[in-house]
Amino acid sequence: MSKVWLIIQREYLTRVRKKSFIIMTLLTPILLAAFMILPGLLITMSGDTETVMVLDESGLFEDKLQDKEDLKFIPLAGSLEQAKMAYQETDYTALLYIPEMSIDNPQGITLYGKKNTSLQTQVRLENTLEKEIENQRFLASGLDRETLDKIEANVKLNTINLSDEGERDNNAIITSIAGVAGAVIIYFFIFMYGVQIMRGVIEEKTSRIVEVMISSVKPFQLMMGKIMGIAAVGLTQFLLWIVLSFIAVTAVSAAFGIDAAPSPAAQFAAGQAAAQGEEESTATATVDNPAGENEVANTISDVKRSFANLNIALIFGCFLFYFLGGYLLYGSLFGAIGAAVDNETDTQQFMMPITIPLIIAFIMSYSVVLKNPDGPVAFWMSIIPLTSPIVMMVRVPFGVPAWELLLSMALLIAGFIFTTWIASRIYRVGILMYGKKINYKELSKWLFYRV
Amino acid sequence: MSILKIEGVTKTYANHVALDNVSFEIPKGCIFGLLGPNGAGKTSLIRIITQITGADSGKIFFKGERLKPDHIKDIGYLPEERGLYKKMKVGEQLLYLTQLKGLSKSDATARIKAWVDRFEIREWLGKNIEDLSKGMQQKVQFIATVLHEPALIILDEPFSGFDPINANLIKDEILRLRDNGATIIFSTHRMESVEELCDNIALINRAQKVLDGPVKEIKDTYKTDTFQVIGNGRLLITSPDFQVMEQHDNHGVFRANIRLLNNTTPNDLLRYLIQRVEIHSFIELVPSINDIFIQKVKETHHV
Repeated sequence: MSKVWLIIQREYLTRVRKKSFIIMTLLTPILLAAFMILPGLLITMSGDTETVMVLDESGLFEDKLQDKEDLKFIPLAGSLEQAKMAYQETDYTALLYIPEMSIDNPQGITLYGKKNTSLQTQVRLENTLEKEIENQRFLASGLDRETLDKIEANVKLNTINLSDEGERDNNAIITSIAGVAGAVIIYFFIFMYGVQIMRGVIEEKTSRIVEVMISSVKPFQLMMGKIMGIAAVGLTQFLLWIVLSFIAVTAVSAAFGIDAAPSPAAQFAAGQAAAQGEEESTATATVDNPAGENEVANTISDVKRSFANLNIALIFGCFLFYFLGGYLLYGSLFGAIGAAVDNETDTQQFMMPITIPLIIAFIMSYSVVLKNPDGPVAFWMSIIPLTSPIVMMVRVPFGVPAWELLLSMALLIAGFIFTTWIASRIYRVGILMYGKKINYKELSKWLFYRV
Repeated sequence: MSILKIEGVTKTYANHVALDNVSFEIPKGCIFGLLGPNGAGKTSLIRIITQITGADSGKIFFKGERLKPDHIKDIGYLPEERGLYKKMKVGEQLLYLTQLKGLSKSDATARIKAWVDRFEIREWLGKNIEDLSKGMQQKVQFIATVLHEPALIILDEPFSGFDPINANLIKDEILRLRDNGATIIFSTHRMESVEELCDNIALINRAQKVLDGPVKEIKDTYKTDTFQVIGNGRLLITSPDFQVMEQHDNHGVFRANIRLLNNTTPNDLLRYLIQRVEIHSFIELVPSINDIFIQKVKETHHV
């Protein structure tokens, strides 16, 4: 065992000290941060002076639409056609058209834009108009806004799934994202680090160190040491990515003073919060407004709660299990390929049967499993060990019956014990075999060689 | 006392027999030549001794015990196909390989220090293997083979790849290791290269052992009592005690290979010759291991 430990250490340290590892580890979070920040940055850049022209034929909103810090209103007069012409000549964000209508039936309000108006602006305008209409209705019924604020209660329902099958309604997007993200990471790590195992074995073969090595350790120890050492490299890289990404994103957002990750949901929430917050602050004319801040906090905690509903512990546990299980299952096969060939160009024919189940699992996750996470395709692919690490990861956040999960896990464990056995049989023969063209028939014979 | 005893070892691969009931013993503290042409089965036998593979049948005893995994730390092996991790530093590599043999880190470090001082290669320790010349890599590999001070050192084609100076350096090290009590197995197909070094040999041909024993005894067995004589004069041997195997005359100088018959001694031959010709050189023709091998192989083929 101490020998395996020595091998793990060597495999780990030589890889972690490589320049390519350090560069990859540092560069990826920076790129990730850039990708997360850039859209947000662009939105705020373009949103700095968002100006909306308003053609109000109803006259309901006259002098009611007040300019805000980053949202300006320019009232127009005349016909819609004239307004459109006037808007075309400017580079303003949008043209808000409010037709002749009664306060009881506010229909036909239209927003014209040159490009797609951001969801945030749209929600903000909607809220502003809604509030104003409400205000006017209250006034008409004898209430003023101030009284209303006092009696207003804000109730949000926490949605909790009770049934096993799950009524995944409002969490659907976040659920899918969590599952797919896990599956994508597993897919790429199996490939990236599986190929590293293969290369490592080929390197040992071509540099002819292997005979020296196996006069000191068993081939199985050498193979397992390599697989586990590289797994540790993968986990290190993964953890560093999480930590560094977090730091990078935080640092960049702090530096630019913007929110990262403008996902549609977050944008929606931000728009709503901003609109409500502003509304309140203008209504009560105070800068420090606890109610407004509460709104923001509530909306954000809503999104957070959606995540919490997903049972983070289960998802993360499953992720780690399928991550390692999938890696071990495929890793030993990659190792066997490395042992069977003399150089990397010969690996192609043996790579095929390994990559195909992975790629199919990956494609099916998107096309079938995500749409119907409890269907027969999803079920079988999440049970069969070759595809389960990816497909089950997609399914887990939607809720999977315990027996299916346990069966899938048990089969994955059995699967990697089996592939490791096959791989070690091929490995022990292959590493000492040079200059021989290997085919499948030959490989199958190796399984039963006495060494 | 023998350090290694091989008893009826047989090894068969899918389509050929690599070793066929091979038995011999290797005495402790000797330099042992495992000789035979390419493909005779030497490497197969070595891989069984180093426990890289297992024998189909037969037994191997190391220091009187059945060979077991624990013996790995007492065996050093320099394979014919040399190789080290190219992108690893010399020092780290030596440490790694020695630790894998079961040495503690501190012991390994101390021994590495002693060896690099003796070979005067301290400045190599921080270099990657790929930055060293091939000869330097061979030296590093030799050190890696003997660093854990094994009782049995197996060297497969040890001198291939060394220039004459380094080959002599390695030769001296091998003799020193032997004097310190280690047993060394040389495996080579170039029999003449190790003849002078070996105390004992085993000849292997076509998976079978054809001959083994101390070099001196083997040579005594195979010597033919033939002497080469060079001198001036006309040599014409008429005695029935001496048989001329071969004779060349050139401007009054002759060279003849003469075999002693009827239990005569070299002195008898000398006495006989001195009366007739002027002798410049008188040497016993001892068969080389190579000659013996060829003769033996021919014999076994005829049978």
